[in-house]
Amino acid sequence: MEVPANKKIEMLETMILSRKFSDSLAELCRIERKIPGMMILSTGQEAVGSGVCAALEPEDVIITNHRSHNHLLAKGADPRELMAEIFCKKTGCNKGKSGTLHLAVPEVNAPCTTTVVGGTLPIAVGQAFAQQYKNEPRVTVCFFGDGAANEGSFHEALNLAALWQLPVIFVCENNLYAGAQRYEEHTRVQDMARRAEAYDMPGVTVDGNYAPEVYRAAREARQLALEGRGPTLIECKTYRCRGHGESDPQHYQPGDEIRAWQEKCPIPRLGDELVSLGVIPSERIKEMESLAEKIVENAVRFAEESPYPEPHEALEDVYV
Amino acid sequence: MQVMQKLGMGQAVNQALREEMRRDPRVFIAGEGVGVSIHVNPMFPTHGLLEEFGPGRVKDTPVSEAAIAGLAVGAAEAGLRPVVEIMFNPFFTLASDMIVNHAAKLRYLSGGKSTFPLVVRIKSGAGFGAGCQHSHNLEAWAAHCPGLKVVMPSTPADAKGLLKSSIRDGNPVIFIEHMGLYFAPMPVPEEEYLTPLGKADIKREGRNLTVVTWSGMLGVAMGAAEMLSREGIETEIVDLRTLAPLDKETILNSVAKTGRLIVLHEATRTGGFAGEIAAVVMEEGFKHLKAPLRRVTGPDIPVPASPPLEQFYIPDENDLVRAAKEIF
Repeated sequence: MEVPANKKIEMLETMILSRKFSDSLAELCRIERKIPGMMILSTGQEAVGSGVCAALEPEDVIITNHRSHNHLLAKGADPRELMAEIFCKKTGCNKGKSGTLHLAVPEVNAPCTTTVVGGTLPIAVGQAFAQQYKNEPRVTVCFFGDGAANEGSFHEALNLAALWQLPVIFVCENNLYAGAQRYEEHTRVQDMARRAEAYDMPGVTVDGNYAPEVYRAAREARQLALEGRGPTLIECKTYRCRGHGESDPQHYQPGDEIRAWQEKCPIPRLGDELVSLGVIPSERIKEMESLAEKIVENAVRFAEESPYPEPHEALEDVYV
Repeated sequence: MQVMQKLGMGQAVNQALREEMRRDPRVFIAGEGVGVSIHVNPMFPTHGLLEEFGPGRVKDTPVSEAAIAGLAVGAAEAGLRPVVEIMFNPFFTLASDMIVNHAAKLRYLSGGKSTFPLVVRIKSGAGFGAGCQHSHNLEAWAAHCPGLKVVMPSTPADAKGLLKSSIRDGNPVIFIEHMGLYFAPMPVPEEEYLTPLGKADIKREGRNLTVVTWSGMLGVAMGAAEMLSREGIETEIVDLRTLAPLDKETILNSVAKTGRLIVLHEATRTGGFAGEIAAVVMEEGFKHLKAPLRRVTGPDIPVPASPPLEQFYIPDENDLVRAAKEIF
């Protein structure tokens, strides 16, 4: 399947925006009391969310995890509302109840984000069941990491999704680390996608740093799901260029390993390709960068200028 | 005039499920053996539903409690009205991440944007010689989680009306059925009706003593009240029906009237929900108390299998009468 040029351009734009967003947060979270809580970024992994979401239609659903910013931006979430929520402000997409970790943006069909490792999988199965039940021509994507694939929920969810042939795409964002444990320290099987065989569903391993390859796999999985041919497990091999969170000194990640993966950064990889093939002029990339910078600056300003919620608002939104 | 029928609680639940599934195509049920069960018994809650509604809406699942609960969470957010079953109360632990961390919290985390209108039906109760991994009343765990509603009917008639309300509620509801009540037919109105969540019910009026109880212990309370009545103590029985939200008003009004309180539950004592009710009455109704309150509960042991041991575990009429006499 040929990846259309406009999709490649869209993925590049999304990755650039996502990177600017992360870079900005990486600085801001170091300023004391600026941003409450943990800061978990997807720097270097942008091709996964950007590639998958480019393959989706607006009506498709994503259920995402603790490393969600890239996925949500790629799905079209408003950067201002995301940033304000990350700052825990009243104007955030979840009124400060979520903070950076559990961002829910139902407006773009990202109705819940869960930080419990493995939590996304059974919920995605439920969403996909509803789509099948209502006979809707749309699919659910479930993002999770290599660590989550060792939770029991992974196995329960894959089995049920395959059994009922649900329209769900399981996207394992294999960034080589679960906390401080390198992949081979927590998992025996070399390619996580091989586990798909145990559930009799297609399993594909793709280069998670090359957005068009991720796009192609997701688009094919979406087609299968829409045809009623059930779920697919896509393993995107990528790398966690920063720590698990920003307070993680990465003492266990070898420097040359990090540098080697930085060389494979998904953004110049796609950008250079598009320029060298003459799809876009190099100035276009500069324009994308300055636009992304403006969007992020604007989002940060909005977040900083927004008020915190009133303390009594803590009591709201527990029950309908 | 109200036409009555005699149903066990499982049959009343069955009727509520049928009525709601006929009324609302968004309602579906899922769980282990909710369609084809190892029990072919019309007293059981999901008996015959597969035949009426078909496999598209009556979903037998693998033995996967986390996936069953997650199915409910995801499908509820996507606009369906799932009613899923956890076979026995102790298996709540296997589903608990999806219930405690997700069903209960995701609405709050979304700032009220996403909603999770789902029901988790759980079969519970001691008295079957099944032992502690099949008999363990965990309602206090669920009631400890903001975001959940917890419903525990004591009669088939209440079960029907409460389940219908639970299915129509916009929140996740944990609906716990005591299996001992499946096999004791009682009058249930044939007509459709809703019983509101969060409202306790006075099952017997009295002026000397308040007993607050729920689920399988209502029968024990009623039996003990007869015994006490013969000795001149008139007991008022408050059937809680819903633990969360808690109907403090009915409890406090009754204590204001009688001046004495016993809380009776089958669950174990330490950290049990009786402690919560005791605290509410101490904080908000202390001035009405003429004597110290009492708890009558299961002892702090796992539910044993051997019949004499299990009977020792389950609170009975004599335990309640003894506790009452201590405070007169």
